[in-house]
Amino acid sequence: MLQARKNRLWKFFIILFLSAGGISLILFSLNSKLDLFYTPSEMLEADIKPGYRIKLGGMVKTGSIIRNGTTIKFIATDFVKEVPVIFDGVPPDLFKEDSGVVVLGYFLDGMFEAEEIFAKHDENYMPPALSIEGAKI
Amino acid sequence: MISAFIHKFSSPKSFVQITKTLYPLFIFTGLSMLIIGWTWGLLFAPPDAVQGNSYRIIFLHVPAVIFAELIYFFMALCALMHIVWRVRLAAYLIKSAAPIGAMITFIGLFSGSIWGIPTWGTWWQWDARITSTLILFIMYLGILTLHGSFSNLEKSDRLMSILVVIGVVNIPIIKKSVDWWSTLHQPASISVSGGSSIDPSMLYPLIISVIGLGFTLISLGILTSRSYILGREKNKKWVLDHV
Repeated sequence: MLQARKNRLWKFFIILFLSAGGISLILFSLNSKLDLFYTPSEMLEADIKPGYRIKLGGMVKTGSIIRNGTTIKFIATDFVKEVPVIFDGVPPDLFKEDSGVVVLGYFLDGMFEAEEIFAKHDENYMPPALSIEGAKI
Repeated sequence: MISAFIHKFSSPKSFVQITKTLYPLFIFTGLSMLIIGWTWGLLFAPPDAVQGNSYRIIFLHVPAVIFAELIYFFMALCALMHIVWRVRLAAYLIKSAAPIGAMITFIGLFSGSIWGIPTWGTWWQWDARITSTLILFIMYLGILTLHGSFSNLEKSDRLMSILVVIGVVNIPIIKKSVDWWSTLHQPASISVSGGSSIDPSMLYPLIISVIGLGFTLISLGILTSRSYILGREKNKKWVLDHV
């Protein structure tokens, strides 16, 4: 390889490493702040000041949904800690038991008051019949 | 041997000649597979157990975002060729691929937003996957803007290649964002190692749509790059002979 080309190959890798290094530093310093939501365990451990709007994400606990008019109460869990959530409004179609949920709102006195509610679905796609068979097994 | 190979296939002249014969084949394969994949996916594939019919936008969304990333990766390989071997054709290909990449990234973001409304209950969240894809879209626009800001085209080419290399770090970040951070976006359904969490009745039309969109985008790229090459090399003898 010509010397000039070798130098340019070095230049290519130096650009690549500098760019990757710089962006890694940014990402490492941001670390968990890039997470969209707290899990229930993280939220209870973190010292969240009252009046701060945060996002909480977890699974809707089996059988925990209680509907009263337009008010919905349920328990968000990460299978370690649980947080009761109250929400007034229309949740998305995919909001249901044993399914992922992300809520935006305030944590006050052991109760999470949600202003908005988002459903998180998993990466599995299958026809309804197969899904019922799968559930039987 | 490698350099002989590069020299033979990196001349703009042979690129224009080779792609002229390949274009009809690619556009026919691409469009027919897209029609088959989308008809199958939208009309004949079963609805999803959880999402019902709204999952069907996957047949547009997934192919679009796959090529949003692959086109950038292709541009990064071209940038390597251009920086190290000073291949003019590589710079022309970056310049011609970037608008297509920007378009398909926009389609990916837009279809994702449409999908998000009925399923997640929101069309936009600043989660790691969505935000890194938006950065990819901005990178494409930035590359085009940078290339357009100098009157010296050779200088434009060199600076554009450097910017493409800087931005390629974003590609693995997009890929791994759903694993590294908690996101509203679900993890990948298909992995390169061959596993899939999509039922075969939905996976086959999806794969056909992906391949179909790939050939369609290559055909589009052939069109844009040919016209760009002929414009850039309009003072060369081979172009005068060609047209």
